[in-house]
Amino acid sequence: MTAIIVGMAIVTMVPRFLPAFVVDKWVYPKWVSRWLNAIPYAALGALIFPWITGVIEGKPYIGVLGGLVATILAFLKINTIIVVLGAIITVFLFNTVI
Amino acid sequence: MQPNTVQQLNQTNSAMNFVQRGAFAALPIVFGYLPIGITYGVLAKQSGLSLIEITMMSVFVFAGAAQFVAVSMINAGALFVEIVLATFVLNLRHFVMSFSIMNRLRSVSLKWKIPISLGLTDETFSVASLYPKEGQKKGGMWFYASMILVSYFAWILGSFAGGLLGEVIPEALSQSMGIALYAMFIALLIPSVRSEWRIGLIAVLSMMLNYIAYAITGNQGWSIVLATILAGASGIWLLPQEEVEE
Repeated sequence: MTAIIVGMAIVTMVPRFLPAFVVDKWVYPKWVSRWLNAIPYAALGALIFPWITGVIEGKPYIGVLGGLVATILAFLKINTIIVVLGAIITVFLFNTVI
Repeated sequence: MQPNTVQQLNQTNSAMNFVQRGAFAALPIVFGYLPIGITYGVLAKQSGLSLIEITMMSVFVFAGAAQFVAVSMINAGALFVEIVLATFVLNLRHFVMSFSIMNRLRSVSLKWKIPISLGLTDETFSVASLYPKEGQKKGGMWFYASMILVSYFAWILGSFAGGLLGEVIPEALSQSMGIALYAMFIALLIPSVRSEWRIGLIAVLSMMLNYIAYAITGNQGWSIVLATILAGASGIWLLPQEEVEE
């Protein structure tokens, strides 16, 4: 088990810190900067969908409903913690009651 | 002597201020990490890992999705090489994310960049990206450091608690908590979409590409990396010329 943990730690750490060195030694054009600045939004999209449909196995619509509630609450500028709570409650209710 | 002391005091004050704001920005992450960490701990315990192994994996790997996959692979009797390779592919997205953050922190010394890059997860990356102005302020690194450390400890604490609690938490509740991180990603994304609708376009494009890439490769790690890079490239045309950040 120790070997697995060490192996996992190494392959996780290297891709994380490598860019810290590369960025220093490479001056790139403005369009690359715009590309890199769009990465967070693209990453968030790819982290949300389609995985959100798998929150409750076999009931993909429940995850989507939780996501919709979160989207509406966030659009109303409600605090993040309440957005998260609202989504949890939605999923819990739909999964247990219905 | 006198001015020197005053200056030092001012510096400490602003560092403390950054630390407090960083910790506050980490609260939604804590809120997501505790239940997810507990779920991981419970699953790992059921897969036969000891409490120390469960906690140490969180200390040294600090990558939720990869730890979930590893635990289920261990449970299925996978080989060492298979588990490490799966972890590598799944965490390759952090290479792209780290590039994006390090680009913003160009002027910062390596002494700060390295620990910050090591603490990058989907969640700390998202919060750090959405507070880009902190990176340009003097002492702004304390904001990132504190935000990452608070998240890190929440993850470790959650895993430990999960390993300790075992099956005490009702399944319906821990299952429902699985939505927490997605809700947080949504909550992080929406404010940017409100102020610039093209950002929403980039995110939706990425979701569709991700869906297609996953259908083709059947691999979560590769599809996230592909979708992030390709949809990110649309930003070259979609994102407005960014304001001068010097």
